[in-house]
Amino acid sequence: MGGYILRRLLQAIPVFFGTTFLIYFMVFAMPGDPIIAMFGDKTPNPALVAQLRAQYHLDQPFIVQYFIYIGGIFRGDFGISYSGVPVGDILLRTFPVTLKLAVIALFFETVFGILVGLISGLRKGKLFDASSLVISLILISLPIFVIAFVGQYVFGVQLGWARTTVGPGAPVGDLILPALVLASISFAQIVRLTRSSVIETSSLDFVRTAYSKGLSRNRIVPVHILRNSLIPVVTYLATDFGVLLVGATVTEGIFNVPGVGNTLYQAIIRSEGPTVVSFVTVMVLLYLVVNLIVDLLYGLLDPRIRYVK
Amino acid sequence: MSSTMSAPSSAGRADDRVPLLQINNLQVGFQTQTGVVPAVRGASLSLHAGETLAIVGESGSGKSTTAHAIINLLPGSGKVTGGEILFEGRDLTKISEKEMQQIRGKLIGFVPQDPMANLNPVWSVGFQVQEAIKANGIATGRADVKKHAIQVLKEAGLADADKRLKQFPHQFSGGMRQRVLIGIGLSSRPKLLIADEPTSALDVTVQRTILDNLEKLTREIGTALLFITHDLGLAAERAEHLVVMYKGQVVESGPSREILANPLHPYTQRLVAAAPSLASRRIQSSVHRLAELDYSATDVTEGLDLIETAEVRAEAAAAASKREDAIVVKDLTKVYKIRGNKEAFTAVDNVSFSIQRGTTMALVGESGSGKSTVAKMLLRLEDATEGQILINGTDTAPLKGRALLDLRRKMQPVFQDPYGSLDPLRNIGNTISEPLNTHKVGDKKSRRERVYELLEQVSLPNALASRYPGELSGGQRQRVAIARALALKPEIVILDEAVSALDVLVQAQILQLLSDLQTELDLTYLFITHDLAVVRVIADHVTVMQRGKIVERATTDEVFDNPQMDYTKELLNAIPGAGIALRV
Amino acid sequence: MSNDLTERTVDEATPPSANHFVAPLEETPLLAIDVVKVADKPSNLWIDAWRDARRRPIFWISGFFIVLVCVVALFPGLFTNVAPNNDCQLINSNGGPTAGHILGFTKQGCDVYSRIINGTSTSLAVGIIVIVLTTVLGIVFGAFAGFYGGAVDGFLSRIGDIFFSIPYILAAVVIMSVLVNYRSVWTISLAIGIFAWPATARVLRAEILRVKNSDFVMASEALGVSSLRILMRHVLPNSIAPVIAITTISLAGAIVAEATLSFLGVGLGSSIMSWGNDINQAQKDLRTNPQTLIYPSLALSLTVFAFILMGEVIRDALDPKARALR
Repeated sequence: MGGYILRRLLQAIPVFFGTTFLIYFMVFAMPGDPIIAMFGDKTPNPALVAQLRAQYHLDQPFIVQYFIYIGGIFRGDFGISYSGVPVGDILLRTFPVTLKLAVIALFFETVFGILVGLISGLRKGKLFDASSLVISLILISLPIFVIAFVGQYVFGVQLGWARTTVGPGAPVGDLILPALVLASISFAQIVRLTRSSVIETSSLDFVRTAYSKGLSRNRIVPVHILRNSLIPVVTYLATDFGVLLVGATVTEGIFNVPGVGNTLYQAIIRSEGPTVVSFVTVMVLLYLVVNLIVDLLYGLLDPRIRYVK
Repeated sequence: MSSTMSAPSSAGRADDRVPLLQINNLQVGFQTQTGVVPAVRGASLSLHAGETLAIVGESGSGKSTTAHAIINLLPGSGKVTGGEILFEGRDLTKISEKEMQQIRGKLIGFVPQDPMANLNPVWSVGFQVQEAIKANGIATGRADVKKHAIQVLKEAGLADADKRLKQFPHQFSGGMRQRVLIGIGLSSRPKLLIADEPTSALDVTVQRTILDNLEKLTREIGTALLFITHDLGLAAERAEHLVVMYKGQVVESGPSREILANPLHPYTQRLVAAAPSLASRRIQSSVHRLAELDYSATDVTEGLDLIETAEVRAEAAAAASKREDAIVVKDLTKVYKIRGNKEAFTAVDNVSFSIQRGTTMALVGESGSGKSTVAKMLLRLEDATEGQILINGTDTAPLKGRALLDLRRKMQPVFQDPYGSLDPLRNIGNTISEPLNTHKVGDKKSRRERVYELLEQVSLPNALASRYPGELSGGQRQRVAIARALALKPEIVILDEAVSALDVLVQAQILQLLSDLQTELDLTYLFITHDLAVVRVIADHVTVMQRGKIVERATTDEVFDNPQMDYTKELLNAIPGAGIALRV
Repeated sequence: MSNDLTERTVDEATPPSANHFVAPLEETPLLAIDVVKVADKPSNLWIDAWRDARRRPIFWISGFFIVLVCVVALFPGLFTNVAPNNDCQLINSNGGPTAGHILGFTKQGCDVYSRIINGTSTSLAVGIIVIVLTTVLGIVFGAFAGFYGGAVDGFLSRIGDIFFSIPYILAAVVIMSVLVNYRSVWTISLAIGIFAWPATARVLRAEILRVKNSDFVMASEALGVSSLRILMRHVLPNSIAPVIAITTISLAGAIVAEATLSFLGVGLGSSIMSWGNDINQAQKDLRTNPQTLIYPSLALSLTVFAFILMGEVIRDALDPKARALR
């Protein structure tokens, strides 16, 4: 296991430098004055422009700029926002809210996704399976903002079951609807993935051997079928975290959840370039960390990876 | 179904004991889009307590389906559609799933075919043994269950079972996994053990020790054994009674030795004639008096009798004696560097041999012996680390461009079939003409004619030229691969496990074809195989390899008559049927 | 084959013991070994896939809808003669359906139906440019990484990892934020496509690794076929099926990505007709006038749904294993 962790950590290093370099490159290697470009068609505040020029060391050669910027990241300095507030401070304020939202969403999508997928897989071709397939295909086809608006309109405006925007302090009750919206697409993907994984595992030889040992179906389903089917689902959760980040940006924006996503959303619609770049960088780093953690978890789930000779 | 079919063995059995297992007129069908496809059509057999019975048949004969039906573990849409399966007088086709659960594992154990796929990769081996012990109530309490698990595994031949309990299946070799599965199958001392091709996926020497152990255990416990196999020799050696199945029906059943000595049904006669293990035995006991052999090919076994094949071949080879060497290999060595490992791996170690033109040399070894690496170096698919390969006296290592293409023209391979030897997206005609296109032989018209000629040579109809490999059987695909290899009129053909994946009758046909082609086209064969029995039929010389080194090298007769090395003797002993006294 | 064969054998040897059973030949006839059955029509993966797909109603339904979307995109004039922008009158702002304007009006008083019809080509164009880009990049990177292996694979796969580690919508947000003055169908497609290809490359690489170890590849090598030719003639054709299957689904993904970016206001300029832009404009009036939001959303979702269904059918048809899952 030690070797696996070490190898995985080593692989993460070039990816870390590569991604940060790419983002930096996209912003600062473009033709023209990157600082002015960041402000789009707005007239920037000269004081802020000066501050940004200093922060990004634009007088230095490009590659030096990049390493100074990377050094800042290691010190927890993610730059300053459009309004001059350090990004780190905004993160401290908004991150707990997003975490709360993400945990609720992850709970819904994994618990119900795996459950529905398992039942579908075990009852392949039956009514439950057919309807869950159709519903999941429809959910996958709906862009997240459409689901958000439908949710907001039906449950918020028409039925009045939930608040259309989240109140101050983001209480859990208010977060349920946005979390369900956020969970919906991944839920559908998890249902489909679990289903096909369960069907495939059920037909494997070792499952038949488990029956031949005299085990009951009640034992074989969780221990031999579900346990093995979880491996691809966990892999999916890692890549899906990117979808969750984009989804959080849109959902938090629409429901006005005071989280990290909403900050990015507001910055995007107000064309506040520096904030956008800083927050995208933060999200990408978060994505890298989550992927690393999931990969390590994967080692726990699959002994074939844990004990590579 | 006539009455003789439905109760074959009860008809006049000497003893009147009630059989442990009695299958009467069993019908099994698989539901498909086009309706129910029958897999077993009225099979009957009976097995008494403590006895051993083998079901023999080719793939698709319904032998495994019959076995799976007993414990109601038919795959997919399979269903018993008629007949009865009486186990201790109880009809297993009529009991509930819950009752069946009480029988599985506890009264009827099961050992599956492929040890690599039959243990759950995410649970430790100990866990999987212990769960069987707990489920069948053999032991209760943590310590007791663990003690029992260790004992079961030790009996099955895992000496260090206590240390390996926490290890996972992928840390075990195939043979070790099969021991674990046998341990699980016998853990509750069942009255019946069903073993479905338990050793087909293993190396021959491992196969033998595992079967010996299985035999010993079942005898000690008094468990009756239902043994499923495609190998008639193996069946006859391991079981007192045989049931021969063909296309879902039982064609012959009775005492093993009697069936082997006097096969009555023409299908059984075919199997006897085509089984390499039996043929090698028959040739062996009559090697100096082939003519006196009282077994003669009948019209049923025409083109299948391996002895006939061997005889014709031997004559041709004798005529070809004292010819120059087509292939000379000197001190060939291949070392692989393993990433992250300082020690290099020597796959082929100082190997030397030569093959005379028009003859066949068999390169024999188990998996990992380096035999296929030798083939790849000969074909210039891999470069040798050291040593020399001379083809018709020319060193092949420095050849480049045109000269290398000329070498390739002289020497062509045929690989092991299952599904990989032909490009599934190119039709048969294009596949066979690829060599002609690559070497720019002839024009479009002459190439097409050559394709038809080659198809005829391997006995396939011209209409196949526009068809794809997916539509062909394994044997037919292998014929196409042979046609492709022959397209450039090579002098040397390298056959790498070319018949290993085929059913016995098809295998016999292909061996016959190879033998005919050799005589007709004066080909030199390097025949690479793990199966010594086949070697007896096809080869003039044998080279035995073990862990990259040559162990023994001699003429086929010498190797079989008077093996020098222990490893060769072990391989010879591992040929199924070696222990049967045959009337020849 | 006749009965006397059996009898002859019985006669010549010692009589069989009582429990030696042999089935009568007429009930168990002996068939020729390994008979060649030449079917009426040839069949391989692609032929079988077409036979499978055309039997499924979903294939025809989604196919019809996709063709309809293409026709609308190419010839919007066939479906409406109301100009989407020029005829806007504020007097119609957020107005309901009237004769000739069946879906009502936007806040600016533009015809909703006409805007949907005229926005179709934008979505489709982005979708097509993105999949061309991702498929080309994915095939180049995936094929070379998988086929040549070793250091080539290490280098190409790390590059893929880096691009894969930035969710493509986030990357496009950054690129489009910087390219404020260059927002067009082409730039948005590039912004999405440049970060979306690693998924294709990974799928292809895995397939190539599987196929390149086949015996038929070795047989071609032994013939002296060049490695590039082996890749193009044997390995790639046998590895491409899963790429084709995900391409249709990625097309749907690209359409959603464009709409999401436009919805966020970093997509296409407001002068370009796009469903995402219209949804963005309409969101403020969700409470009062949901139709202006619902109709473009519906057009978007139905189009995406059609492509996703088609992708499902293609995947099932091309993968015998997926067929078994149905």
